[in-house]
Amino acid sequence: MELNTPHQEWDLEIKPHDTVFNLHLKDVWNYRDLLWLLVRRDFVSFYKQTVLGPLWFFIQPIFTTIVFTFIFGNLAGISTDNIPKPLFYMAGTIAWNYFADCLTKTSTVFKDNANIFGKVYFPRLIMPLSIVFSNLVKFGVQFALFLIVFVYYLIQYHYFPENLEPGEKVEPNLLLLLFPVLIIFMAILGLGLGLIITALTTKYRDLAFVVTFGMQLLMYATPVIYPYAEALKKSYHLVVTLNPMTGLIETFRYGFTGGGQFYLWPFIYSIVASLVLFMIGLIIFNKVEKDFVDTV
Amino acid sequence: MGDIAIKVENLSKAYQLGDFGTGTLSRDIERKWALLRGKEDPFLKIGEANDRATAGTSDIVWSLKDINFEINKGDAVGVIGRNGAGKSTLLKVLSRVTVPTAGSVKIMGRVASLLEVGTGFHPELTGRENIFLNGAILGMRKHEIKKHFDAIVDFAGVERYIDTPVKRYSSGMYVRLAFAVAAHLESEILIVDEVLAVGDAEFQKKCLGKMGEVSKGEGRTVLFVSHNMAAISNLCSKSILLKHGQLQTMDYTHTVIDKYIRTGENNDGQVNLEDLIVKQKSTKAGFYALRLLSRSKGITADFAINEDVIIEIEYDVYEDGTTIQPSIHLLDNLDTCIFATFSAPSASSTVDPFYKKPLQKGRYRSTCVIPGNYLNDKNYKINAFLVPENMADMAVAESVLAFTVIETGDMRKEFTGDWWGVVRPKLSWNTEAIIA
Repeated sequence: MELNTPHQEWDLEIKPHDTVFNLHLKDVWNYRDLLWLLVRRDFVSFYKQTVLGPLWFFIQPIFTTIVFTFIFGNLAGISTDNIPKPLFYMAGTIAWNYFADCLTKTSTVFKDNANIFGKVYFPRLIMPLSIVFSNLVKFGVQFALFLIVFVYYLIQYHYFPENLEPGEKVEPNLLLLLFPVLIIFMAILGLGLGLIITALTTKYRDLAFVVTFGMQLLMYATPVIYPYAEALKKSYHLVVTLNPMTGLIETFRYGFTGGGQFYLWPFIYSIVASLVLFMIGLIIFNKVEKDFVDTV
Repeated sequence: MGDIAIKVENLSKAYQLGDFGTGTLSRDIERKWALLRGKEDPFLKIGEANDRATAGTSDIVWSLKDINFEINKGDAVGVIGRNGAGKSTLLKVLSRVTVPTAGSVKIMGRVASLLEVGTGFHPELTGRENIFLNGAILGMRKHEIKKHFDAIVDFAGVERYIDTPVKRYSSGMYVRLAFAVAAHLESEILIVDEVLAVGDAEFQKKCLGKMGEVSKGEGRTVLFVSHNMAAISNLCSKSILLKHGQLQTMDYTHTVIDKYIRTGENNDGQVNLEDLIVKQKSTKAGFYALRLLSRSKGITADFAINEDVIIEIEYDVYEDGTTIQPSIHLLDNLDTCIFATFSAPSASSTVDPFYKKPLQKGRYRSTCVIPGNYLNDKNYKINAFLVPENMADMAVAESVLAFTVIETGDMRKEFTGDWWGVVRPKLSWNTEAIIA
């Protein structure tokens, strides 16, 4: 054995322990092509051998909006902050769905990819990221639908106000510009929580069951089918206030419609909470990914 | 001379046996507490080798222990060892699928590992789409795949179906395409696990040829695990021998293969009275010991494929005038009986003078020989029987001995693929022209 090569530079060093904060982001960047190919795979395999293809992306929010409008708007008569009901519910639904999809899909990333993770190395973070981007494609399609509905009501509001119910208004404002930021933070929040859950489920499987119905319950703790203003009137509003999605969804809806008001502190809280959860998620995920293959 | 491509230092990897689900939370807390106080992990016991045959005291097993070696740039190195010797774990650590428990690996150059053919293939996508996806999963950039695209399609021979979803491919086409992608990886180091056990013989030859080209022609470093000694000796100039997670030797391949066959991996091959689990006892006779012997190295559980397997049964006869008929069943791993044999003159190739002879009280030894070049390179088990005149009163010892038949490459000069069958006899073959 020659030991006279201490000067040799190594490209890669595999060691048992790495610092918690080494997130291998450079590695992720090197594999960016894989990220796009995975997004493409998800999209293509989604509509292959379906008759309606990408149209399915529309069907779900349309029907959810119709059902919500009927049940919560007309039957239950819950306030919509003077926003036309379909617009109100559709805004809530597509935003919530994006967040929920990011979360639920990333929360099973280890389980779903155990086989491929056990056979080949690539930065594991690529998988959850590809999920977020795949969902972004889906969200984009649904958002286009939302824009159509939005423009329709905008025209109604300005030219045919008699078609709207009394008091209903659609008044876009400057906060509309926050829209890209809101989408990024919904993704970050969903991803962060998803990463934490998937990391924990490699050891404690029970969590996987919690996610499915937990997400349903969480939706009711988020101003999707009711405005935040309504929740504030109740004694249990703290639950809604502490939910980081609240600030994001409220701001999203307010920017487009001007219904209700802009809640600054819940918004700032959402941003901070999302970032914190995302960092925690990244660190835990990064720690678990190293040897989860041995335990799964 | 020669730069080092892979340097492995004190590499160890521990696995936890048993159930992970229950009790891990309390155990986690106990472990964290011990680590917090600066003590050693109470669940890691160093010094326990990975020997499947003997049950360890802790449920931590060292799949790799203190492995040290260096591989020079451009070398093709084979990894040899029995099942459970740590070969796959070593490759998993080297290809970063899992992390080591201790020690380090230093690598110079890009690593591409091929632990499975077609990882990440999506059945709905076309061949073309899968080439890109699979290539990217294996670490290639898009422009690199583009550059090799035609060569990949050509190597796999699937031009006509390149825009067809791979779920419509035959399994052969699927494997060919998958290997083709991997074979065209642009990496300095290629790590290959037993992937050649798939596909038809012609394609296997092509794969081996390609791998030879990769290591010899292109000067890339190759690490290759296989049970196929012929493939290893063709491809790799040097080899590593692993045993119970420890590095036995690193030397020229033929020396290592020789050692692998010569030194029995476990010296089982023998069961004595105290360890013998008898399923059914007889009033007339009882087992004393059972042994497996090879002519070259005595008691062993590993036999080269061309070696005779000698089975010895020693037994005590309790009463004068008893006749005892020893008998053996040979089983494969799935407990299928391959054959049953006993010493009757019409069923034995040699004459046993004690057949049907009333025996004096005392100890006897019966020997049975399974000829070399008869079994396949698989694991086998033996059931032994002592049958007195009243057959219901026989002694039975099930699966008392296990042994492994190891490939030497002797019968592998022409065919290197997976050899089917529970036995592999050398038979007589002849062809004559009838119409020519």
